[in-house]
Amino acid sequence: MPRWRPRVADPLYPRDRNWNPAAHFPEYKSSILRSPQKPLVKAPPSPSEDHGPVFGHDMLGPLDNDLIRNFAAPGEMAIGPRMIVHGRVWDENARPVPGALIEVWQANAGGRYRHAKEGYLAPLDPNFSGCGRMITDDDGTYRFTTVQPGPYPWPNGPNSWRPAHIHFSVFGHSFAQRLITQMYFEGDPLIPLCPIVRAISDSAAIAQLTARLDMDATAPMDALAYRFDIILRGRGSTPFGNRMEGN
Amino acid sequence: MTTKRLKESPSQTAGPYVHIGCTPNFAGITGVYASDPGATMLTDSTEGERITVTGTVYDGEDAPLTDALIEIWQADAAGHFSTTNTGFTGWGRCPADQDTGAWRFETIRPGATGGGAAHITFWIVARGINVGLHTRMYFPDEPKLPSDPWLSLVEDTRRDTLITKQVADGHFQFNIHLQGPNETVFFDA
Ligand SMILES: [Fe+2]
Repeated sequence: MPRWRPRVADPLYPRDRNWNPAAHFPEYKSSILRSPQKPLVKAPPSPSEDHGPVFGHDMLGPLDNDLIRNFAAPGEMAIGPRMIVHGRVWDENARPVPGALIEVWQANAGGRYRHAKEGYLAPLDPNFSGCGRMITDDDGTYRFTTVQPGPYPWPNGPNSWRPAHIHFSVFGHSFAQRLITQMYFEGDPLIPLCPIVRAISDSAAIAQLTARLDMDATAPMDALAYRFDIILRGRGSTPFGNRMEGN
Repeated sequence: MTTKRLKESPSQTAGPYVHIGCTPNFAGITGVYASDPGATMLTDSTEGERITVTGTVYDGEDAPLTDALIEIWQADAAGHFSTTNTGFTGWGRCPADQDTGAWRFETIRPGATGGGAAHITFWIVARGINVGLHTRMYFPDEPKLPSDPWLSLVEDTRRDTLITKQVADGHFQFNIHLQGPNETVFFDA
């Protein structure tokens, strides 16, 4: 069903560029030639950014949020530590964001991606593609099942390893809320060593990308659970300021 | 109580394997999604002038990005944004060619919106891009270009980076330069 989205008069809060990773972060070598060198031009709100594409549940297949089975042969399953990843999508005003399309991708349990340009020697899992998607419910919740991705080496420095992670792409209601990020796992000792993570200077921001083990959401004798909430830009009439609710 | 209690989740690079999640069929992962989202923008019933938009994203050494993902978002021919997932959605997604870096959209020419000149919003992610880059493509023959509220914020010498080149009837070329003398203007909005 088409979903009508209200126009909201208030502008989005500005994106906090100090909270986000630096565009140019030489320790992450790929950023050197791919980061703009001139400042971004601050622009006022306009209808183009206030609106965004609408996605309906009718686009989803029954296994889209089941990475253990959505690429597996009949009766087979992906190999690896089974887990549930769940959480809610909120805006910066702590309001749930329903109808948000979330797309995820990840390496398999051995740290290997199913991709033509992938060069790691770890083997593919014939029953795992690493691709999944879902749309948040009316209260902003989402959930998918997968196997825990492995850490993997990458050609940045001579001994660079990515912490285990899942990539997230999120659409809110406005195109200016568009977000791609990565989810890390609580307690992973590779997190503070990773140049991609370290491009974020604020440890609280890194913590916000770190999923927490959630023993209340496990499927006993089946899957562990991790909780990962996602925050999209919110709207307010007084950017950066404080105001009472309800006005 | 303040209304702003939470911080936006920080961005991270899409990395080189973005296709697995965003364009799996392009990545050779078939049978999971029937089609890649945003791969087709037009239907038979879409109203408006058909246009083709092509381009390449270049890095600071003028090498094409062969692992970028480009999304566009635009108004319909009348200048309205779709609020449904039927008809012309206004949204397209195209991965750069993995050998040449070329990308291509088949869409319609948007109408003007918001008091400015007609344009298409671009969002570029790739390995090495830590926060998705937002820019706009304007058309060279639009009467409202001089009064467009965004273009007027851009210094004269850089405005050309936002104006597409018509290379054939209905075919516009819009190359994006991440760095260098022709660095494309990117917006914070
Ligand atoms: Fe990755």
